Amino acid sequence: MRISSLFYCLGQGLKNIKRNKLFSLASISTIAACIFLIGIFYSILINFQHMISKAEEQLSITVFFDEGTDEAAIEEIGNQIKKRVEVERLEYTSAEQAWENFKNSYFTEENMDLAEGFADDNPLANSASYEIFINDIAMHDSLVSYLENLEGIRKVNAAKTVADTVGDFGTLAGVVSLAIIAVLFAVGVFLISNTVMIGISVRKEEIGIMKLIGATDLFVRLPFLVEGVIIGLVGASIPLAAIYFIYENIDKYLISEFQSLTTYVELLSTNEIFRVLIPVSLFIGAGIGFIGSMITVRKHLRV
Amino acid sequence: MIVLENVSKSYAEGFPALNDINLHIKKGEFVFIVGDSGAGKSTLMKIIMKELDPTEGKVFINGKFTNNLRRSKIPQLRREMGVVFQDFRLLKDRNIYDNVAFALKVMQEPSRVIKKKVPAMLALVGLAEKYRSYPTELSGGEQQRVALARALVNNPPILLADEPTGNLDAKNSWEIMKLLEEINRRGTTVVVVTHSQEIVNALDKRVITISKGMIVSDEKGGYKYEDK
Repeated sequence: MRISSLFYCLGQGLKNIKRNKLFSLASISTIAACIFLIGIFYSILINFQHMISKAEEQLSITVFFDEGTDEAAIEEIGNQIKKRVEVERLEYTSAEQAWENFKNSYFTEENMDLAEGFADDNPLANSASYEIFINDIAMHDSLVSYLENLEGIRKVNAAKTVADTVGDFGTLAGVVSLAIIAVLFAVGVFLISNTVMIGISVRKEEIGIMKLIGATDLFVRLPFLVEGVIIGLVGASIPLAAIYFIYENIDKYLISEFQSLTTYVELLSTNEIFRVLIPVSLFIGAGIGFIGSMITVRKHLRV
Repeated sequence: MIVLENVSKSYAEGFPALNDINLHIKKGEFVFIVGDSGAGKSTLMKIIMKELDPTEGKVFINGKFTNNLRRSKIPQLRREMGVVFQDFRLLKDRNIYDNVAFALKVMQEPSRVIKKKVPAMLALVGLAEKYRSYPTELSGGEQQRVALARALVNNPPILLADEPTGNLDAKNSWEIMKLLEEINRRGTTVVVVTHSQEIVNALDKRVITISKGMIVSDEKGGYKYEDK
């Protein structure tokens, strides 16, 4: 195709949008509605996942060793644990450090002399431990059973209930996500197919005339595809702007009104959300426009 | 130029729209195709344009066998034929200039050629001044002249006109026919499907009469067929 013909097709695509204002507006609104829903849902889901992963990060398993286990044996056990795929990292607390921590937590300055009474006789002499942080909450149980069977380990302290709750939340979030995605997809397809039907009746005659004059399929199709992609991009930009505005305000509102909750309910920054949402939305918008136009035109090209 | 050998066309209902048609239209001829409604005139035109394929028989346009023409080659074939319809079929959202230019755009003619040819063609059909008007702002006769300009702007060797005067009053009909004669004088083969006995009788050209999908007469002169 000549460059001038290519520009002609691009120009015609832009003109088509202007010529068919009502259809363009209907298509833009349809795509905007779909992408708005997807965007809102994505923002909720990604924040939810963020909160779960934060909870996972704080979840740890503590293991204590058999009496009389020496430093070298403890280090060997540590090396074995580190090799497991479930393990993200582990922190070692010696018996002295455990006693120190205990003293700081349970004794005040006034009764510190009580603690000092133990002098060099560490009451937590057998309380050296590893605190193990796991990669994925789903691997919690398998790691616990491995640790329980590991030689040299006396006790495994696992936050079973917390782990199960967080894990269940993760599963629930996954199921809910799938359900919502399915509903959104069905709604999107329904709305778009309706809009495309309007497009077909508007364009049927026009495409027929072009073909009878001797236009090739590509020449007929290209302006429609350009039109579809532009409508898709505009349709995606509007909800992006709206979601940006809404998200910023919700974030500010949460910070100012629920300061005490921010440790648990911390939203991802707008930048983090939009780094993904902008390209994904534009791609979906352009894709819907492209496919919608493709279907519309293809039906009438066989003249 | 246009050759049909034993062409038949049946639709799903079974009754043949065309039945064993043999037709030979030479280069530079002016031919009328007449017949009552449903006789098969439009089917014949559609087969020539390759809008429809015959159920049986062979079709040759400009020496090319078109029955098994690849889909991608159909645009090329259609550029060798200008087409005019009863209902004009102009692109309503484009002005007159753009409508005529479109026929050259689809052939990917360079802009400088388009800028030269379109005004010249509009001048030939007497619409040079109205190049900025939209189809809906023109009378039926003017719209048909735009359709003619579009059909002829790329100098096709064949012009097919399907009831070109069907929607026009007597004065405009004559103007269109005069234009078609002028175009034929310049060397274009012209095939006109019409109902108008008056026009056929006045022009004294070759007249092919179709009835129930068959050619019942093919001779020079006036309208032989009695419209029922």
